[in-house]
Amino acid sequence: MSAYILPILFIALFCFCKFKKVNTYNTFVNGAKKAIPLVVDIFPYIATIMIAVALLRVSGVTILLAKAFSPFFSLLGIPSQLIELVLLRPFTGSGSYALLNNVLIEYGPDSYIARCACVILGCSETIFYVTAVYTSQTKVKKLLYAIPIALIASVVGSVVACLICKVL
Amino acid sequence: MNTIWFLMMTLSLCFLVFSTPSTALSSMISAGGDALSLAIELCAVYAVWLGILELVEASGLSQKLAKFLHPVIKWLFKIDDPVTEKLIALNMSANMLGLGNAATPMGIAAMKRLDDKSGIATPAIIMLIVLNSTSIQLLPSTVIGLRAAAGSSAPADIIIPTLISTVCTCIVGVSLVKLFNHFRKKFSKSGQAPKNKNISTLENRPASNQQLKDINSGGQEK
Repeated sequence: MSAYILPILFIALFCFCKFKKVNTYNTFVNGAKKAIPLVVDIFPYIATIMIAVALLRVSGVTILLAKAFSPFFSLLGIPSQLIELVLLRPFTGSGSYALLNNVLIEYGPDSYIARCACVILGCSETIFYVTAVYTSQTKVKKLLYAIPIALIASVVGSVVACLICKVL
Repeated sequence: MNTIWFLMMTLSLCFLVFSTPSTALSSMISAGGDALSLAIELCAVYAVWLGILELVEASGLSQKLAKFLHPVIKWLFKIDDPVTEKLIALNMSANMLGLGNAATPMGIAAMKRLDDKSGIATPAIIMLIVLNSTSIQLLPSTVIGLRAAAGSSAPADIIIPTLISTVCTCIVGVSLVKLFNHFRKKFSKSGQAPKNKNISTLENRPASNQQLKDINSGGQEK
């Protein structure tokens, strides 16, 4: 069902452009032109974040942090098997999807743990990645309360996720 | 960001020195390689989405979308700039459709316009960051795909729980930002003292951090 949404939206867009007498080919090319400069601009930020995350995982700091945080998370009702996922999620999208896949295979896709993991991933974002990339083209260096609030909101979302998975 | 990165790097490098120091450089380089392949993938994604967006823009649809979302954006950001409003409208819609990567170019462009060059995030910038970090996702398509691939009996039955918790995340994020922005405005109105304090703490940071910052700003100048 959801697979139909995008193609249909695109068809509507192209027809609407034709109706508005927009040169679709030239306009599309003009937009696509901006892709490579944009990626060149944000690549250093992506690389820097990914290097730090790789080191965190290789050195075993994430496992240690997971152990250190487990009393806190069990208090919140987040299963201990998912702590690494919750901790890594703000940093890396691809990494957390890889972890989710491990959880799905290990506990079975319809288990409580796996359902929790899915909902947690669905309701959270890669906060540090988003922040680094979004501020990359600005002069902003002091973010004040932006990251703490985003993290608190994500933790609240994760707690709600675990609760709902128990009920539903 | 500087402090967090510094802590991440030093902490994990310290651990590696005591366990397997030989893996440090190789894993850093392979992470760089991963970043490169992600960047190439992003090039392809952005080429498609920036093309589509140019069409949305040229056909006047983005204006309509911005008009439709105008009350929400006005309430959230307190800005009065039609171009920025349009960018944010597109950013929010792409995020809701679960197209985070398509939302990024507009988010960056909106950020550029919201930046007041003071080095300190404005209330609107903080709102945009939090909104993008907690955005409502109507369709968690990647997760559903992974579940289906793992042989789930009902891969889509996480949609409703996801929807509920994503709305919770968003509400918590937005209301906290609103609250803090309100206090901030109050503070700066009742005298310049807190603002000056902020700037002085910025300058009194330790040298290592300052260096990192300099390197950072050097990259941004380009």
